[in-house]
Amino acid sequence: MEKKTIIQLKNVSKSFGSTRVLTDMDLEIRDDEFLTLLGPSGCGKTTTLRIIAGFETPDQGEVLFDGRVINDLPPYKRNVNTVFQRYALFPNLNVYENIAFGLRLKKPSEAEVSEKVKEMLRLVDLQGFEKRDVSTLSGGQQQRVAIARALIMRPRVLLLDEPLGALDLKLRKDMQIELKNIRKKTGISVVYVTHDQEEALSMSDTVVVMHDGIIQQIGAPTDIYNEPANAYVADFIGESNILDGVMEGDLRVRLAGRSFECVDKGFAKDEPVDVVVRPEDVDVTAPENGMLTGLVTEVTFMGVHYEIIVEIGGFKWMIQTTDRVPAGSRIGIYIEPDAIHVMKKSKYSDMFGDYSSYSSEHEQLSENTEEEDK
Amino acid sequence: MKKLSGAYLVLLFGFLYAPLLVMIMISFNGGESTAHMTGVSLRWYREMFKDAATLQAFKNTLTLSVSAALVSTFLGTLAAVGIERMRSARLKALVMSITNIPMMNPDIVTGISLMLLFVFMAGLIGYTPVLSFWTLLIAHISFCLPYVILSVLPKLRQMDKSLPEAAMDLGCTPLQSFLRVELPFISPGILTGFIMAFTLSFDDFVISNFTSGAGFETLTIHIFAMIKKSVKPDIYALSTLIFAAVLLLLLVYDLLGGREEDMAV
Amino acid sequence: MKAGLLQRAAAAPHIVWSALFILAPMVFVVYYTFTDGSGSPSLENITRLNAGNYLMILVNSLCMALIATVICFLIAYPAAFIFSRMKKKAQRLAILLIMLPLWMNFLITTYSWMTILEDTGVINTLLSALRLGPVHMINTPGAVICGMVFCFLPYMILPIYSVMAGIDPKLIEAAADLGCSPAQTFAKVIWPLSLGGVISGITMVFVPSVSTFYISQKLGGGTFQLIGDTIESYFTGTAVNYHFGAALSLILMVLILISMAVMNRFGEGEGGEIR
Repeated sequence: MEKKTIIQLKNVSKSFGSTRVLTDMDLEIRDDEFLTLLGPSGCGKTTTLRIIAGFETPDQGEVLFDGRVINDLPPYKRNVNTVFQRYALFPNLNVYENIAFGLRLKKPSEAEVSEKVKEMLRLVDLQGFEKRDVSTLSGGQQQRVAIARALIMRPRVLLLDEPLGALDLKLRKDMQIELKNIRKKTGISVVYVTHDQEEALSMSDTVVVMHDGIIQQIGAPTDIYNEPANAYVADFIGESNILDGVMEGDLRVRLAGRSFECVDKGFAKDEPVDVVVRPEDVDVTAPENGMLTGLVTEVTFMGVHYEIIVEIGGFKWMIQTTDRVPAGSRIGIYIEPDAIHVMKKSKYSDMFGDYSSYSSEHEQLSENTEEEDK
Repeated sequence: MKKLSGAYLVLLFGFLYAPLLVMIMISFNGGESTAHMTGVSLRWYREMFKDAATLQAFKNTLTLSVSAALVSTFLGTLAAVGIERMRSARLKALVMSITNIPMMNPDIVTGISLMLLFVFMAGLIGYTPVLSFWTLLIAHISFCLPYVILSVLPKLRQMDKSLPEAAMDLGCTPLQSFLRVELPFISPGILTGFIMAFTLSFDDFVISNFTSGAGFETLTIHIFAMIKKSVKPDIYALSTLIFAAVLLLLLVYDLLGGREEDMAV
Repeated sequence: MKAGLLQRAAAAPHIVWSALFILAPMVFVVYYTFTDGSGSPSLENITRLNAGNYLMILVNSLCMALIATVICFLIAYPAAFIFSRMKKKAQRLAILLIMLPLWMNFLITTYSWMTILEDTGVINTLLSALRLGPVHMINTPGAVICGMVFCFLPYMILPIYSVMAGIDPKLIEAAADLGCSPAQTFAKVIWPLSLGGVISGITMVFVPSVSTFYISQKLGGGTFQLIGDTIESYFTGTAVNYHFGAALSLILMVLILISMAVMNRFGEGEGGEIR
């Protein structure tokens, strides 16, 4: 059952000065869809959102709303509303007036305003906060006001620009659930921008992975995770071991000096490919039972499981296992055919190596700096 | 160390307030002198309220300062918005350096340069008298403008650029967004600019000295003329009253400002 | 976008105003400098600068202004430092008290200084009572500098204070933590960071000091002239000569511009280390 398309981007390109931020972008947003634009900072996701909202005009291509070109329609005439990154609540107005802001421009009766604002306050669970100054609210509460302020306009599509970026981890999880609930209650379409892959996978119907202003893959969260289109997507979404392989024919691929059974076909014989094996899909066995054997070089306890680095033929694999394996021991590994995912070679093929420079501390540091960039 | 800095501050404020103290004391002098106290009385306050010329000068000064402050606040706020939105960094820098000229130039040069302009232009169209309320007003607006711009600009820079976008997103036209969202946000900067313009204009002597004509005397010009002859304590009485008014205004402004700061926390 | 264009055009009235009443007057200063009374081009005003004691007056004014600026700095720097270390409420009050005298008419306050400094004035009355004898103060260069320092001191304190108040106390703690003695902390952290304030303070004191004309008349008793007095006399005095007055102003302006440029260069060099 295909849902109706509301917004469509056709061949949209955009540059700021000499910097190209979007290249030939095609995208459809359908009725009742939760679509997430996912990518690192500078990938063009926020620009895409701003083009939909009307704050930026594309240099090339068309933006269609219900089939009508709206490239030159100013933001105040578009039936979409935005929740901004740092909320952008009006500091001179209290909670009630912030939510009523857009409605009042249509000059409705005071009773109507009051009724609709109350409804919104109920929806975002902020009853009793009407008279509060917005600067006295916590981050989560400000977030809810921003959502209510946008939703009261009854937009066809709600646009959210990294809405949870400024919240701490716990609050972020709560707000993710809340956002999902609000969406369920209102049945509104959402375009959601984030750089957090977990958030994207857990909340969306459709994930759009972007890099350098180009869409790398569009698909349902499970498809994106299980069948990444190229090495970039595989690396960006979750942890992955990306190895060079050669197809030996349908359903057989050669990697790490050994032939494996796989579920992919349709490649040419002897075609070089990228092979993705997720760390959780590798089983640890005794060395004599393993398809491959290697030396455990590093073990990190992660709570639910251990993350171990195993060197096999010069390549450092990351493997997640619930069994305790001491560093320095030799182990064997076993990989099911459906745990092997074969991808065509792309320009990203050589950019992602093994886990030789891996350190959990380093990983965390780089994640933090990315958030500060926002 | 504490004691040392305390003593230092006593000396500093002693120096800054000595002439004000003398001024206040002499204003209550029973005698004619501005140098020696002979008895205490309110005599000079009564005299002052009888002195038509002084009162007229005071009224003139108020008219001029309020007009100059209003016009420069309006022009300056507009200018700050325009400058902030300028896309070309080079144009922005050029406009800012022209804006800063009256602040960098000595007042006396600003004054005589304007005087030369007025004299020359009036000579061209054969208009007399050259210097009047209008030339004075133009001069005052000119030297107040940069101060208004420099108090509004930081507020505009502080503003989250998403605020006007959020307003437009919710259905405001650009004008509505400016009036409903940006103007309230930058209003503290506009108020500061207005107050600065008013006080600068109220206090100015040097520039007024060169751009005012015989028909329109401001307080500072009036005082200057009086001091050239002999000073009576009535001018001290007026200054004392102005001092009291300024003190009161500053305290009120400080209290209001203090509350605003608490709210922002 | 059309609206964006409109907002950028908001600066247009100001630009027109600046061209008419800031730039054009500067052009007229130049024009009058290089013309004579009949309006024909002439270098007479420039050559006349060499004659008489105009250069002497100019040098005198620069020296007086320089001394006043140095004294203001010496007084203001410790004061600003003390203020920046006080409690927030006390800081507000202190700054209010520093600004208050600025709102008073400087003609009146200068006149009050006459009352204080006169041979039979407040200080000498006190000194006589203490049998320390009268000291002649009024109508000396010292009295004029005292008047300048009084008038412009707040303009030195305020910018230095505002940069000092902005220095993160953690920086000072960090310096101490890394082994700086208080003196080293001052030399390596506080001084370089406060330099911007010092430079704007110096500008704000030096420029009005060098061009003042009223203070010297009253507290100097007309015993010596500063460049401001001279310029004023050619515009409002008895021997009116706009053309020569304009030439003097032009020279003053150029001298100030050179001083500013030199100082900014100096400031950049010093500040460069920390940046």
